[in-house]
Amino acid sequence: MDSSITPTRRRGGARGPVTSSKITVPDGDSVKVVRACTIMRPAAELYAFWREVENLAQIIKYPCSIVRISDTESRWSASAPPGDRRIEWTSLVINDEPSRLIAWRTAEGAEIAHAGSVRFEPAPGDEGTEVTVALEYNPPGGQFAALVAKLTDKEAGQQVAETLRRFKALTEAGEIPTIEGQPAGNAQDDGAAAVDAEQKDRP
Amino acid sequence: MGKRRVEVQEVREPRILNPRDCIVKITSTAICGSDLHLYNGFVPTMEKGDILGHEFMGEIVEIGPAVKLRKVGDRVVVPFTIACGGCHHCQRQEWSCCDNTNPNAAMAELINGYSGSALFGYSHAFGGYAGGQAQYARVPFADVGPIKIESDLPDAKVLFLSDIFPTGYMAAENCAIDPGRSTVAVWGCGPVGQFAVRSALLLGAAKVFAIDRQPERLAMAQAAGAYPLDESKLDVHERLKELTGGRGPDAAIDAVGMEAHGSLYDTVKQRLKLEQDRPFVLRQAIRAVRKGGVLSIPGVYTGMVDKIPFGAAFAKGVTFKMGQTHVHRYLRPLLEMVQRGRIDPSFVVTHRFPLSRAAEAYETFRDRTDGCIKVVLDPAA
Repeated sequence: MDSSITPTRRRGGARGPVTSSKITVPDGDSVKVVRACTIMRPAAELYAFWREVENLAQIIKYPCSIVRISDTESRWSASAPPGDRRIEWTSLVINDEPSRLIAWRTAEGAEIAHAGSVRFEPAPGDEGTEVTVALEYNPPGGQFAALVAKLTDKEAGQQVAETLRRFKALTEAGEIPTIEGQPAGNAQDDGAAAVDAEQKDRP
Repeated sequence: MGKRRVEVQEVREPRILNPRDCIVKITSTAICGSDLHLYNGFVPTMEKGDILGHEFMGEIVEIGPAVKLRKVGDRVVVPFTIACGGCHHCQRQEWSCCDNTNPNAAMAELINGYSGSALFGYSHAFGGYAGGQAQYARVPFADVGPIKIESDLPDAKVLFLSDIFPTGYMAAENCAIDPGRSTVAVWGCGPVGQFAVRSALLLGAAKVFAIDRQPERLAMAQAAGAYPLDESKLDVHERLKELTGGRGPDAAIDAVGMEAHGSLYDTVKQRLKLEQDRPFVLRQAIRAVRKGGVLSIPGVYTGMVDKIPFGAAFAKGVTFKMGQTHVHRYLRPLLEMVQRGRIDPSFVVTHRFPLSRAAEAYETFRDRTDGCIKVVLDPAA
């Protein structure tokens, strides 16, 4: 479901438009990721979900809080590498085309400056909507930290992919798949538990 | 609990985790041939304490708030693949390719490029869902998967709608059988092979050849009308050629998969972890199928295979059909066949154990001792 586009390092600054929404971050050391999926729901509905910015907390896998300040401004708080520190920032919607596109960037002073866009386009044959998220950011700690982050699931590409996956499941299936909270056998006391279980008469 | 080690433990009861879930109180559950791949340690991403089992049925005892069709008290058979019903693949009846049921899809994507649907009790790359060799199971998408059994057919006649009957049937359907003309060779007369043999005959195959080395398995296939070939006693390739007027069978079914016997080379490589799967049957089937024929693969492969005669497949223009079964697609038509008496799937059951003796049941099934072909477990005992 993800596009095959891998994160690319943009050397010498991210100048010029990277998508039609012209998302760029000012610093020269940015990382860009693009991920896409196709959802069997109308673009208008998907756009409406995304435009209600507080909804995004449902589909972002890591804990984050999002508070709407105005129609175009929201206050975000999330943990970030390295070391899962809590960081906060303000996000501004900079482009908004109903049912087609939303683009945003961080307000001045964000610790991790980033900009992003989500596009909603009908899939060929009108079979659902192609949703493409582009995200460009200045990795905290520079290039080396970005490389380290890439090796863990904290990497932005994986996070965007996971967010899209959850967005798709929620809008298409009505829920996000999970096994958290299901029973499992006791793997800790290997031998003893086995004997116990075998000796016990089951109801 | 580790390689070749299953245990019965008391765990807490499953509960509703998502709005479209239901909880099923299990009345019958079975051990599948593919469980042996897990048991023998050939499927990565299993964890100690994982609950196995993907062939089960029972009674719904609880439903989530978004469940509309299924009700508490419904007697249901649960497909082993978990599907949402709403994604592109589900809508195209490609249920085992469902996009939305694997919470660990990223893991599967890393291995396979894309993730298929989740499966019950079949490792974390396939979702990590607790399986049905248990007294209760949580079943997601209660309105999509579980089929309600309205008639009073006994469990043994409908239980196998969960996997092996649809799996054998899809394998036969994939052979594009021309009624009264086609010949089909089935490698492996385990439970899936048995259903493939019967399905091919139901679909009108003129001749079905059943290949195995266990006399009781060959006899069971023969009883259905197949021509048995004991691969330990004859040259399968030459014999098939002879029996098909020199053309070769129109379709070949590999109902064995990654743990085929017969090749020391692959066994050693698999043990040394140089190869994940032992594709001995696959190689033989590719060579044996006729020019322009179909190779249908219901047997499970999970990783890399070595020395596949791809040139032979290319030279002959062989069509490959494979994949996890789109179980949901077959539930209704196959249940109808059972209700009309065209097939009685309970023929395959050779052994019954109480769930409390599951460890012994696994050993018996793995070693094929005592003529063991299919084991059903009783969760109440």
